[in-house]
Amino acid sequence: MQTSSTSVSQGLTARRRVLRRLLRDRSFIIAFAVILILVLTAVLNPLIIHLIGHGPNEPFRETGLTAGGVPLPPGGDFLLGTDVVGRDLLARLVAGTRVTVFVAVSCAMLSISLGVVVGLFAGYRGGIVDAMLSGFIDVVLGLPFLVTAIALVSVYGASFPVMMGTIVFFTWGPIARIVRNLVVSAKENEFVDAARMLGAGDLHIMFREILPNIAGQVVVYGSLLIPQVIVLEASLSFLGLGVPPPTATWGGIIAENQTNYAVAWWSILFPSLALLMATLAFNIVGDGLRDALDPSARSRGGA
Amino acid sequence: MVHFLLRRAAFGLLTLWLISLAVFILFYVATPGDPALMFAGEYATADQVALVRARLGLDQPLHVQYLTYLGGLLRFDFGMSFVNQEEVLSAILRRLPATASLAFGSILIWLLVAIPAGVFSARRAGTAADRLVTTAALAGMSFPTFVVGTLLFYVLFFMLTNAGYPIFPSGGYKPISRDALEWLRHMILPWMTLAVVGTGTYTRIARGSLLETLNQDYVRSARAKGISEGCVMYHHALPPSLTPVVTLIGLDLGGLLGGTIITERIWGINGVGSLAVQAVENGDLPMIMGTVLFAAVFIVVANLCVDIVQALRDPRVRLG
Repeated sequence: MQTSSTSVSQGLTARRRVLRRLLRDRSFIIAFAVILILVLTAVLNPLIIHLIGHGPNEPFRETGLTAGGVPLPPGGDFLLGTDVVGRDLLARLVAGTRVTVFVAVSCAMLSISLGVVVGLFAGYRGGIVDAMLSGFIDVVLGLPFLVTAIALVSVYGASFPVMMGTIVFFTWGPIARIVRNLVVSAKENEFVDAARMLGAGDLHIMFREILPNIAGQVVVYGSLLIPQVIVLEASLSFLGLGVPPPTATWGGIIAENQTNYAVAWWSILFPSLALLMATLAFNIVGDGLRDALDPSARSRGGA
Repeated sequence: MVHFLLRRAAFGLLTLWLISLAVFILFYVATPGDPALMFAGEYATADQVALVRARLGLDQPLHVQYLTYLGGLLRFDFGMSFVNQEEVLSAILRRLPATASLAFGSILIWLLVAIPAGVFSARRAGTAADRLVTTAALAGMSFPTFVVGTLLFYVLFFMLTNAGYPIFPSGGYKPISRDALEWLRHMILPWMTLAVVGTGTYTRIARGSLLETLNQDYVRSARAKGISEGCVMYHHALPPSLTPVVTLIGLDLGGLLGGTIITERIWGINGVGSLAVQAVENGDLPMIMGTVLFAAVFIVVANLCVDIVQALRDPRVRLG
């Protein structure tokens, strides 16, 4: 297995080169740090909320509102202020982080796994799988996302699984199409013939030979999928069709406070900033990954 | 060319047929509730429900119901609303002008901003100005539409009005046929709401595509001949580099005409999107299926138009 050992050592230097490019990309580092903070906030949720000292769904009618019943502005005991029923906005944002991160990561994982498996088979085998995949994608892309999504949610009820199923249903197809196209060109490579001559089976060739070669591209599309998922989840929650209340979600917090702009601008501004920060961070990371994996993409511009 | 057109059209029809099947299964067959019960209302007696079921043909086998539905679609009959007995198609068409004003206006705005920004950025590729534009475009792309709408509402409606400049209304739709100026005044903020995300995306695509074209041999030849830089840019490089932009406009326009739910909700515009939301809230099955299918028709037709335009612009497409 001499060929495989040289390819591994080349792989390592290539990987190191990619890593070095990433570490030199300042906006990538900052965005990556933002994502780490978001993930940590999601994981350490109970601890952080304990430290804040206010439950996310607890109305503080005495301390959280002024004597006239108006929400408190940012500062003091409530760092980011309170909403109209006197709930701590910071605690709600922190709780919302968990929903956002959980939905984003699990939907992206599901979509990518499904897309990779179907795309591999469609690209490698061609024939009926390929034809069915392209037919399915045409149908999914032909359905208007939000109209269909709200209709699905209303028919099957607003809940976590329905929302996630809807998001995955609409996002896995394009990934599968990208993987399929990558596989079609990757399978012409000599290493595929070499593996086949060594007696490797189709599954081995697909998952051990071709997949590692297109993994970089899949990671790029995966990281660019996450901000889309975040926006979809927030939009569904904003329309009241995502995670049912009182669970705090960023989109839900904005929706709850939409009519309170005159008394509590902070209850709209801070969740908006949180959402923007998260989607921008993932977009920058995806962009940076693509530039690092394929440096000619930046000069070429590959938008 | 004729062969290509026929093939694409047949393919579009096939997709639409599959979509109609998907819509029928998702919203009709797999629905947990009983449509007859929904139609008759919760206080109906068993006899009344049975009567409704017979009248709507719900006692027929499923494939007969589907064929009846499909036959209706072929005659442009999308059925009747369960809620107010209005014809689904005429209800949609009545709401279309509002959604179309929204869609065309915002696309016009984002093209007018994005293409010059993309050209500006591509001509200065690698400089600080380029990085500023691409970063701003990325930020625009990252903004969820409802966040843009909410913030525009707060700043440009609420704060301006409070400061004594009631330039923009809080929402609503005024038909252009009544008063063009009022129509414009009511549309500006909704247009901006939709345009932010589109501007970001299109700036990046225009920049990337133009850069790619500028690296082609024929552009180098044109420069070598001594043609002025402006002429190279605007006559040789820019027109062919707009191909991906044309593709996307077609698709986005198709998507937007199918209903701009969030923008319509924020600005209180009574368009196709709000019709769909109302139908969903009322459990009005024919209206739900009608709005979804109607939007799908726009998307598929837009796809078809894009393919035709591409084939006219680039002969390689029709041979491929």
